[in-house]
Amino acid sequence: MRRWLPPLAVLVALIGIWELAARWDLIADALSIEPFLVPAPSDVADSLWNDRGLLAENAWVTVQEVLLGFAIALVVGVAFAILLHRSDTLRRAFYPLLMASQTVPVIAIAPILVVWLGFGIGPKLAIIALVCFFPITVNMLDGLRSVDPELPRMMRTLDASRTQILRRVEIPSALPYLFSGAKIAAVISVIGAVFGEWSGADEGLGHLILVAQGQVQTARVFAAVVVLSALAIALFGVLALLERRYGWWLPRRARVA
Amino acid sequence: MRTTHEAPAEEPQPSGSPDDAGAAAPLIEASALAHRFGELEVIERLDLELAAGEVVGMVGPSGCGKSTILELVAGLLEPSAGTVRVGGRASAAERLANCAYMPQRDLLLPWLAAIDNAALAPRNRGASRAEARAEAGPLFERFGLAGFEAAPPAELSGGMRQRVAFLRTLLAGKPVLLLDEPFASLDAITRAEMQEWLAGALATQGTSALLVSHDVEEALYLCDRVIVLSARPAVAVAELSVPSPRALPRNQTVADPAFVAQRERALWAMQEAAR
Repeated sequence: MRRWLPPLAVLVALIGIWELAARWDLIADALSIEPFLVPAPSDVADSLWNDRGLLAENAWVTVQEVLLGFAIALVVGVAFAILLHRSDTLRRAFYPLLMASQTVPVIAIAPILVVWLGFGIGPKLAIIALVCFFPITVNMLDGLRSVDPELPRMMRTLDASRTQILRRVEIPSALPYLFSGAKIAAVISVIGAVFGEWSGADEGLGHLILVAQGQVQTARVFAAVVVLSALAIALFGVLALLERRYGWWLPRRARVA
Repeated sequence: MRTTHEAPAEEPQPSGSPDDAGAAAPLIEASALAHRFGELEVIERLDLELAAGEVVGMVGPSGCGKSTILELVAGLLEPSAGTVRVGGRASAAERLANCAYMPQRDLLLPWLAAIDNAALAPRNRGASRAEARAEAGPLFERFGLAGFEAAPPAELSGGMRQRVAFLRTLLAGKPVLLLDEPFASLDAITRAEMQEWLAGALATQGTSALLVSHDVEEALYLCDRVIVLSARPAVAVAELSVPSPRALPRNQTVADPAFVAQRERALWAMQEAAR
């Protein structure tokens, strides 16, 4: 509990300063804009409560996109990492491309994906899966490749097949790495969902932000942002809990080759 | 009384030991074995025979290629020249099928309980978790690990970890055990205890084993005979018979004048070879 105290204190202080600055129109005056464009945290809190139905409805849409997109990236990423681990030829062919693919700004191709896949959940899933795929695949592959080389040899002397070595030794060894990648992916998956919805959607928190912005309901914009953050934190938290349960055998920073 | 091959009363070997090896044919048979890694010549020439029920040691200075010899026998490596047969079979796959290899480090999987670590080989052969545990359970009782079946390796002492690693090797059910400096990582007191424990375990199981060590005393205490290797590239420079039967109390054996004489001979041979 003590660990949470300092950041919590800082957060409360920041919110307090913002509240006062907004109440006294300090920010609006400094930026020469109308005071209603700068909502105080209490306004945001009001919006969170008053718009709770609207926020919940749209949050549910975004949650579905994020969970599904993340799950796709997890399944495809882990499978791809195992494939590249098993085949030197494939790894040599694909690994550089995998790295290079990170230079493609997914946000820029989001509108094209909407053209291709329509206004439904399709393009959102594609964008979320694309941004999550890289950290999951690369970390999983790193994990598989950093297995103590003596372990597979030991397993061979114990009559293990290639698949048994993968299941009993390599995948468990790689789990801590996979969790590191999945936690990064969880956080950026929410960002991916917002971009996906901005490129064309009629529901979801990203969509809500666009609409509220158009209506100059700044408090509602911030309320949606707060919900998005909470979503990312919750997903991160679930993964951190799973990691504590299943990935404890390797200290997180022990990246020994 | 003090002859070379006086092994204690032998029981049948663990499951999987082939009868087709015959009484006369040696279990391990290496002739003119040589190995090099690229330019580096590790083993110059080695001849070796190990009969069923025999425990043979190989001692040599650190880095002389002792582990390489075990890997060649185990079928994890192919020799650059010469042949090695295990149970009469020369192919790597069949050598691998006939040897159980206990590496220097215990290599216990930290995410498995002690008993599941020990029972890896039965699991790999298709046994269910319950069946594999049922197979390993009695050995935990017999080898002083009762009560630690469910413990994760991190909660075991160094000596207990080595014992679990030994049981894992034993449960592979292979006719030959290959032991690579099994106690090198332990402190002196634990090592002495474990040597005594292993001597007893090998004797009661009637196991055939090839052991490599840099510790002359350990090899002489655990084995029926000991081959002394030179520094790299390794050749056999001496072969010593062990004066006392195996599995006597350690303090009794190592104080025996005949044992001390052999130990000094071995050390002298190693020093000569290093010149």
